[in-house]
Amino acid sequence: MAVIRDVMPAFELFQPSSVGDAQKLLEQHGPDAWVLAGGLDSFDWLKDRIRKPKAVVDLSGIDELRGVRTTADGIEIGAMTTLSEVVNHPIIKQKYDLLAQAAEVVASPQIRNQGTIGGNVSQDTRCWYYRGGWPCYRAGGNICYADTPEGRNREHAILHADRCVAVNPSDSAPALIVLDAKFVLRTRKGERVVDAEDYFIGPDIDITRLHILQPGDLLTAIRIPSTWAGAQFYFEKIRDRNVWDFPLMNVASAMTTSGETIERVRIAVNGAAARPLRLRAVEDAVRGKPRSATTGEMAGKLAVQGAVPLQFNAYKIPLMRNLVKRAISGVEEATWTS
Amino acid sequence: MDFLEWATSPWGQNVPIHIAWFLIWVSAIAGLLFLIVHAIYVMYFAKARVFASDASPAVAAKIPKHVPRHSLVARLFHWVMAASMFTLLFTAFLPKVGVQFPWVTYHWIAGAVLTVSIIFHIIHASFWLDFWSIWPDRIDLDDAWKRVRRFAGMSAPPPRKFAKYPLENKLFHGVIILCGLSVILTGIFMMSRVRTVFFPRNPYLFSDMTWGLMYVLHGLAGVGLIALVMMHVYMGLRPEKLPITKSMIFGWMDRDFYLEEHDPERWVVEAPSASSISSRVESRGAD
Repeated sequence: MAVIRDVMPAFELFQPSSVGDAQKLLEQHGPDAWVLAGGLDSFDWLKDRIRKPKAVVDLSGIDELRGVRTTADGIEIGAMTTLSEVVNHPIIKQKYDLLAQAAEVVASPQIRNQGTIGGNVSQDTRCWYYRGGWPCYRAGGNICYADTPEGRNREHAILHADRCVAVNPSDSAPALIVLDAKFVLRTRKGERVVDAEDYFIGPDIDITRLHILQPGDLLTAIRIPSTWAGAQFYFEKIRDRNVWDFPLMNVASAMTTSGETIERVRIAVNGAAARPLRLRAVEDAVRGKPRSATTGEMAGKLAVQGAVPLQFNAYKIPLMRNLVKRAISGVEEATWTS
Repeated sequence: MDFLEWATSPWGQNVPIHIAWFLIWVSAIAGLLFLIVHAIYVMYFAKARVFASDASPAVAAKIPKHVPRHSLVARLFHWVMAASMFTLLFTAFLPKVGVQFPWVTYHWIAGAVLTVSIIFHIIHASFWLDFWSIWPDRIDLDDAWKRVRRFAGMSAPPPRKFAKYPLENKLFHGVIILCGLSVILTGIFMMSRVRTVFFPRNPYLFSDMTWGLMYVLHGLAGVGLIALVMMHVYMGLRPEKLPITKSMIFGWMDRDFYLEEHDPERWVVEAPSASSISSRVESRGAD
């Protein structure tokens, strides 16, 4: 594991006051630049001296990246809005409570006061081989230390692994996918808006990144349309301890029903793969079915099809099956099965 | 500027992990430069080729209108190998230059196809074809020396016409063998690092240093193939070489082209008989 040195390597610190200035700096320094949002992921990398950027662009002085604004069709959350602000915002609590629930279980209150929504969705994986500075695939090398017979892989992927088996650690990401959020990016070619689902990528596409941001790109805002406002939401996070921990797995769902019949549904899990997974097959299978234990059971089994456990993470298969079952049928209906 | 990328292994050992990816561009630019220089040379500077002697009228009269060159099996092998090679190159290097897609599965499947096709080719060429026709012989070397002297303006008798394959063809084949076997042998071992249907994953099959060198060799041979394939495609599309390319499609070349380029004593072609061209091609060992 990494030796904590605490003294960060020297870098040039830039504190722009506008998105335009930030973008110019990022373009100017290219891959040598590091974007600093809340700093909670960044300072780990810097203090461990595993990442040694020449320039750090601190976004904390850019007011336009902060706050929650209402739009013609929903809300727009600035990427530098803290998780605490997201949790406590009245419109989010009223209409998009799924996001508030997800943001509220991120780490600890102190971290939520400092951590940002943009940082939460853009943070790097917690695989300790990678974070420890080992030359694995994700670090540009040619091996995955976690996917070996002796590898410590209890927290790693059961789905869509491709050489690397690290998972995405974000709690807010599956909630945003379920809410059909759009991520607003500033790139060299101008503004680009992508579906939340498409913001995240797996190792099959790019083994060194968890999202589509290229050097020079900036996530500026997250727009949530009113599509799922006020729907029936479900969020559950499983972690080793109930405070200050990353998810072993989480599930988020939104649903509208007519009587007992599921009319519209969206469901996503994180912690199962390198990117949060929207479970389209499950959505298609349960649409039009009664919201019942039987439907939940079927959905759970469907969700884990194709799962490949590693040496120490087979528990994630029943975990995911049960989480999906509970998200579809509700906690009262679902009984936990191993 | 480092040609290799290095990393520190968990045991503190400095090991290579792969080639530096700018070598992709070095190879592509080298291939392009070859194309440009060769095209300019042929267009503006090359002198008409002179050969030692033409075939006697009696020998020429025995040459059929369509000279069988590549059997159907040999042609199928060539195009299967070409398809897998292009797939391998595109899936290997497009992601490195920014075109991102899930490439690994396509890459190892194409690698498996290439491996099987090469194994088939080795067996087929060794036991059913004229194995030595693709390897340089003494006459090739003598003629090459004459061509070099004449190119330099020194006196030398004109070289003989080619056997089935010109020396350049034979040398290219040799370099392709080196690069091809390098990527195949290293690629087979590298498949134990990804999930395939062939082997259980075992990333600890070799030491970090051995793995690193294997990745480096795979990469060097791979980028080398970029330039080699560019040169091969370019040569195949050059107007004066089109009869050779067509023979890789239809299996035969025109009598006129044969007599113009090839020495009937070095590449013996039988007069047409009752048997079909394809069966004769097999028996003559065309490849």
